[in-house]
Amino acid sequence: MNDVTRQKNGCCACEDGSCSTQNQTALQPFVTSHASDEVCCGSAPGPQSSRHEKPGYRLLDFVDTFIDTSVGPVPRVKTRLERSDRVGTLTARLGIKRDQYKIAPGLYCVGTPDQDSPVLVTANYKLTFDSLRRELTALNAWILVVDTRGINVWCAAGKALFSTREVVHRVQQTRLKELIRHNRLILPQLAATGVSAYRVKKEIGCKLLWGPIQAEDIQQFVAGGCNAEKSMRRLTFTLPQRVVLVPVELSHLSKPTAWMLPAVFLLSGIGTNLFSLSDAWSRGLMLITAYIAGILAGAVAAPVLLPWVPGRAFALKGALTGGVAGLAVIAIFRNDLIWLEDGALLLFTMMISSYLTMNFTGSTPVTSPSGVEKEMRRAIPLQAAAALIAAAAWVTAAFAG
Amino acid sequence: MDDFRYLSGVTTLQLETEACVGCGMCESVCPHGVFQMEGKKAAIRDQDGCMECGACALNCPSEAIRVTPGVGCASYIIKTWIKGKDAAACSSVECC
Repeated sequence: MNDVTRQKNGCCACEDGSCSTQNQTALQPFVTSHASDEVCCGSAPGPQSSRHEKPGYRLLDFVDTFIDTSVGPVPRVKTRLERSDRVGTLTARLGIKRDQYKIAPGLYCVGTPDQDSPVLVTANYKLTFDSLRRELTALNAWILVVDTRGINVWCAAGKALFSTREVVHRVQQTRLKELIRHNRLILPQLAATGVSAYRVKKEIGCKLLWGPIQAEDIQQFVAGGCNAEKSMRRLTFTLPQRVVLVPVELSHLSKPTAWMLPAVFLLSGIGTNLFSLSDAWSRGLMLITAYIAGILAGAVAAPVLLPWVPGRAFALKGALTGGVAGLAVIAIFRNDLIWLEDGALLLFTMMISSYLTMNFTGSTPVTSPSGVEKEMRRAIPLQAAAALIAAAAWVTAAFAG
Repeated sequence: MDDFRYLSGVTTLQLETEACVGCGMCESVCPHGVFQMEGKKAAIRDQDGCMECGACALNCPSEAIRVTPGVGCASYIIKTWIKGKDAAACSSVECC
């Protein structure tokens, strides 16, 4: 250790090249030794480059090693999520670069799979891939990742990206059939919206088995001879499942907010003096408060409390939570408002909330397009009318006050 | 989903029982348990649970099921109203 310290001092402690003669003497044994793993500048060098590294490519953290197969090396992935995975999950959940959070499609594996191991097919959205591999702790399996453009199983199937064609293509491209002798693919049940089992069978002879909806059931599914219990086949939309969607809902609002802010201040400044900056500011802040209350009611409260808010139409649920929020806004500013302004703030908050909750339909696994269209045909004219009446009342109040 | 109900009487789902070959695929793929096998034929157990995802129709080998599939997403439907059905690509960021 003493030697090491001395060598370190002798080598790098004098970066400016002004080493004393005495130090140069101390340097002697070091210069003549091999440039190997000995400690020189700072800590010891890392291991040699892996033979799997290629120029222009990067080895990913979630790949444990590569196993050699007749179709080439197949990456074996870790079944434990690491810090980088968690950071990625958080970032995607916040809606930051969510559409680029994907992995390369192709063949992966866990454990030590052989020709009898199951094949699990999944989407190439990294969040989907992570939630699958973390459940595969006790399984030897092939994982076929299809190119869903970084979109989750359910949405990709709905957009015909997780499709019969893509599955057929990916099986052929990876030469998967050379690795297995059972010809069976396990697909998540929610891919059935885009993938037709009998067509895949007809085209490439692979039998599709519909796996469970939730990745957490996959090991039990495989252990039970690929039979899904009823509970594995049913969609749920539980409180935690709804809560994780809230940040993404909020992240969609920056653009409409950029339009809303100037409109709100313009509207609030109009008055007997044509336009008053001080009114624009003071009354504008009230409208902004109502806007924020509408967002909290429509994009946070209504989604989180969805089953408990009365009504079936989402626009109605949002109007109700928005009504509560609007009353709270009126209560905050009660000393500064006349009745016209009370009405304007309440209508405005309800309108914002109703519209946002209506848009939450797309994030749920329960709404039918026929139903959404039906409620929109009724709700949108009402929302537009509420916005107009609120704006008219708000401006009128400036002249009345 | 039995414990959460959306609007009733709106789905376009239709089952032609005579054409059913009894493979049970619709019962397997439906995430809301709309179908139930009754003997050798599929039957609709919960019509209003249908969200028109189209999985059953796509996977029915005898084409006994009809449904107009789509995504129940308001912002997507607004886009189809404004831009028309073809131009309204459901982008990954703004939708699901």
